This record gives sequence, C-alpha cells and structure tokens, in this order.
Amino acid sequence: MYGLGLFKGLSITLKNLILVNRTNTIQYPDKKASILDLAKNEKKNLILYIIKNPLNTVKSFLGLISITQQAPQHPRFRGEEFSWYEERCTGCASCAKYCPLGIIKIVTDQTGKNYQEGQSYDIETFDIDIGRCMFCGLCVEACPYDALHMGSGFEEGQYQRNNLVINVEKLKKAEKKPSHWFRPQLASKKDYSPFDDEVKWDSVGRHQKPTQKDLKNKWIRSDTE
Amino acid sequence: MSFNQLYIFVGDLLPFLPDQIVFIFSGLSMAVTICTFILGIGAIYTWFERRVLAKFQSRVGPNRWGPFGLLQPIADAIKLILKEDIIPRAADKSVFIAAPIIFLATTLLVYSFIPIGDDSQLGGLNVALLFVLGITSINALTVFMAGWASKNKYAILGSIRAVAMLISYEVPMAVSLMGVVMLSESLSLVDIVNSQSSMPFILIQPLGALTFLIAAIAEMSRAPFDMVEAESELIGGYQTEYAGMKFAVFQLSEFLAPIFTAAFFTVLFLGGDSGFSFIPGIIWFASKTFLVTSILLWFRATWPRLRIDQIMGFAWKVLMPAAILNTLLVGLEIVFLNENYLLQILINSIVVCIFIYLIANILGQKKLILRNPVPSELANMDAN
Repeated sequence: MYGLGLFKGLSITLKNLILVNRTNTIQYPDKKASILDLAKNEKKNLILYIIKNPLNTVKSFLGLISITQQAPQHPRFRGEEFSWYEERCTGCASCAKYCPLGIIKIVTDQTGKNYQEGQSYDIETFDIDIGRCMFCGLCVEACPYDALHMGSGFEEGQYQRNNLVINVEKLKKAEKKPSHWFRPQLASKKDYSPFDDEVKWDSVGRHQKPTQKDLKNKWIRSDTE
Repeated sequence: MSFNQLYIFVGDLLPFLPDQIVFIFSGLSMAVTICTFILGIGAIYTWFERRVLAKFQSRVGPNRWGPFGLLQPIADAIKLILKEDIIPRAADKSVFIAAPIIFLATTLLVYSFIPIGDDSQLGGLNVALLFVLGITSINALTVFMAGWASKNKYAILGSIRAVAMLISYEVPMAVSLMGVVMLSESLSLVDIVNSQSSMPFILIQPLGALTFLIAAIAEMSRAPFDMVEAESELIGGYQTEYAGMKFAVFQLSEFLAPIFTAAFFTVLFLGGDSGFSFIPGIIWFASKTFLVTSILLWFRATWPRLRIDQIMGFAWKVLMPAAILNTLLVGLEIVFLNENYLLQILINSIVVCIFIYLIANILGQKKLILRNPVPSELANMDAN
C-alpha cells in the first residue's frame, strides 16, 4: 500500500526519542557533565559518588561542570603540527622541491659542525607556510630519510596570517607525535598510537638504528684508519 | 478570569470611575496579561521544540546555557536585540516594517479567544470560530507583504508560494470545521467546548479532525508543508532580508503558531477543559494542548518537505473530498442517528479506514508515478 513509509519514519523518530543514547555527537572540546559521567570519571559507584559529593551533583544538574573530551582521530590523520626530526634531516630539501605550492623554504649552511662529507647540512631556515598548505603530504612522501612526518595535532588556530608560518624553532619545540601517514613502519607497530607519547628520532625510521659497528664500517670514514 | 469578570470587579471596586475608563483599564490589563503570558510560553516553547526536535533526530540540541540549555531563549533574545537592524535600500520601508508587527499582532490576537477555563479571556464572542479563521488568514497577507517589500527574488518566490498554498488550504480547513459547527449548533468556542462534555468530537468525526490537523499544519507553514520558508531552497523565503528584532518577531510568531493550533484543536476536537473532574480543567486543557503540540513536533521531526505541486495536489485531491465527505456524513447522521454516538463512532471510523485506503491506492497507482526523464537526443549533440 502507498504511504506506509510515513509510519515507518514516525516509528524511527519515536525510537530516537524514547531510547537513551542514540546521539552520536561528540561534544568537542568539552561536554556538560552529568552525574553519570562524573562518577564514571572517578571510577566510583553512582550512589556513593552522590553521597560523597552532593555539591558536585547539584552543580552537574545545573550544567556548571564540564569535562574535556578528545575527538576520536584516525592515526593516519594529517595534522598541522609537523613532527620534524633534526637528527635525521640532512637538508636535502626534497620536501621543498616536491611541494606543489612551493611553501617550504629551506636554507642550509655547509660550514656547521654537522658537515661530514655530504652527510648532512646545518639547517638555518625551515619555513612551512601553513596558511597555504593543503596537507597533501607530498613532502612527507618525498623525504628520503624519514625526517619529516605529518603530525597529529590540529589546534593551531591563529589570529594573524604571519603566525601561521612554522619556522625551525617551532619545529624543534613541537611535540613529536608523528602520524601514520605514509609511514608503514609506524603503522605496523601494533601498540603504537600517535596520541600516547612522543617518539624519539631513532625509532621512526624505516630501518633499524645502526649499531656503533655499522656506523664505523659504513658511514664514518675515520681519519685515523 | 475573563474580561467580563475583571470589568465587573473593577466597576464594583471603584464605583466613582466613569464606565469608559473602567472598560479601557480592564481591557488593557487583560491584553497585557495575555501578551506576557503567551510570550513567556513562546520563549519556553522555543527551547522545548529545539531540544525535543534534536532528540527525535538523534542530535544534541541547545545544551550550553544553563541546565539542559534552558537559558537558551534569553541568550537568543539578547543576541537578536543587539544585532544591527538592516533595511534594504530598495525595500518598501513602511510595508517592510509593518509586516512583522502585523504578523505578531494577529498571532497574539487569536489567543484571547481560546476558552482555557469556563470562559475565554475576552468573554464568549458568539462568532469566535469565524473570527479566528479570519484572523489566521491574515498570515497570508503579512507573508506576502514581507516578501514583496523586501525586493528580493527569494523572498518574492517564497511569498508567492505562501499565498498559493495558504489560500488553497484555507478551503479544506474551513469545510472540515463545518462538522463541528453542525454538531454543536454554534460558532462560539465556549459552546463548542460545552457540547463536547459527553463525547469529544475527534471520536465522532475522526475524518474532520484529521483533515483539520493537516490543513492547520499547512496553514502555519510548518514541516512537512514549509514550502514558504524552505531553508534549503529559498534561504528562508520571506525572511531572507530580515535581521535583528524584526527577524526575532517573525521567529517568535512562528513558534507561537503551533501552540495556538494545538490549543484550537483541543477546543474543537478534544473537548477543551473537560475530563475527569478530580483534576482541574486548566490542567486537562494544558495537557491536551501539550499532547497535540508534541504530535505536531513529531511530524515535523520525521517527514521531509513536499514539492509545491504535491502540496497543492494534496489540498485539492485529498483534503477537499475528505472534508466534504465528513460534512456529508455528519449531516446525515444528525438527521438519522440523532445522539446515538456509539453507532456514529463505529460508522465514521470504518469510513475513515476505507477512505484512507482508497485514497492511498488511487494516489499510489503506478500510472501516476512520474517516469524518469529520458534525455533528448539533442542533449548529446556534442558527444557525437
């Protein structure tokens, strides 16, 4: 019969009204906490919590307490806070060459102490203009030494365009939480999540960290030999 | 307390005053009371509607201001008052300003004739039903005023649709009320309530009640008949150019309309304040109105907007025959089955089932479904 769909729709909305917890909204960055949430936060029984904290109960009923909430995020998320490892970067500027917008500016210095037979240059400037970046991730794909990674954070809103440019100091200070984007070596680690702890430079590469012996054999041509 | 009681009370209290001053004083105080009360209810209802609508559609709704977002109407009001009041340069200024005022005034005016207790606030107007129908049809005029005055294509489109729709829905709405008038033998809302003391009219004429409810939803241009505003197509229709307090007035009257419709439906079909006597009548009235409001909200939350041709077709092909059939049935039953309510209920409910089944099958025929448009060969000219 024609028109039965109307009533099907009505039943669905009625279910939404009657059943609890049908909303999928994540209230980022914070959420008005109910008593249930507060008790859950402190891992206590609801009744015990109400008896012990009557003030908090009243406050939460009036909507005065809010708890912070983190947005669930995929580990392959391409965030704004690039994690760049100074120790791994050779200053080859592949990222700058591959950037389709040309917003990465690298100036290197050959006279620094890092210079060893073309092994690496000192980085003087490393500017990324986030205001024009489209987060395609090509710079990360291009990096041959796994020095540049997409980050996981995204709360970098600014009031002025100039502040959107990331420089070396900011990159050095930034939290090193590389995302899985184009980094299978990170994705394959089962217990690794970019939101837990910072990752050191020697564990983000696609190869094992070279031992001292390897280094002697392969990389460092010592003058004493 | 009605106007008459207040008039007599003030006259007794201050007998030295001339009659005209007592009349004006009691009238003004009644008007202020009604307006304040209704606007307060409207403010709470905005919160209720948004919150429950969100719950229906598995969203969150306003929850930042106060407990459960209860202070949201106040925040909205402060925001809208502080907004800049913009009048487009090309607009017809006086009409542009008059439209929201008339809209709100008519919406508030009809409330005074609802008999909440034994008597309506302004006393028993003996043609209240006709008066209410007339006042509510001014809506079409104000919508057209707003759309025409703002010199905006979207606004004019919205108001043209509004006038076409509101005028055509007026007819089945008025005809569906014929049954009520015939049964109660009066146009006064107080008499209509009193004549339902034994049996509410929704049981005696379910077809009329259904027709009236659907026509009333269309009349206040609410989802699924909100072709007039159509946020996604006409960016608000006639409200496009309005900002600040004028927009707030439009919004307020729009939120007041469903409450009035629910109260009117309660009076006409649910027996007003009648019920078991151990609960006071005003609570009966409030709970019935609340129920009807919730049902209207439920419809709004569920059904998508209809196309303009579907809306017009529905008015003339379905509601109009239903209203006429209802009038015919009630007329025949008054003549042949005088006051035998149980038999009338039985016959009418069977007729409603048959009518809905037939209409659904006629309108649902495969022949009537529009075929998918086949692109003409000319459309592909460039490809070949």
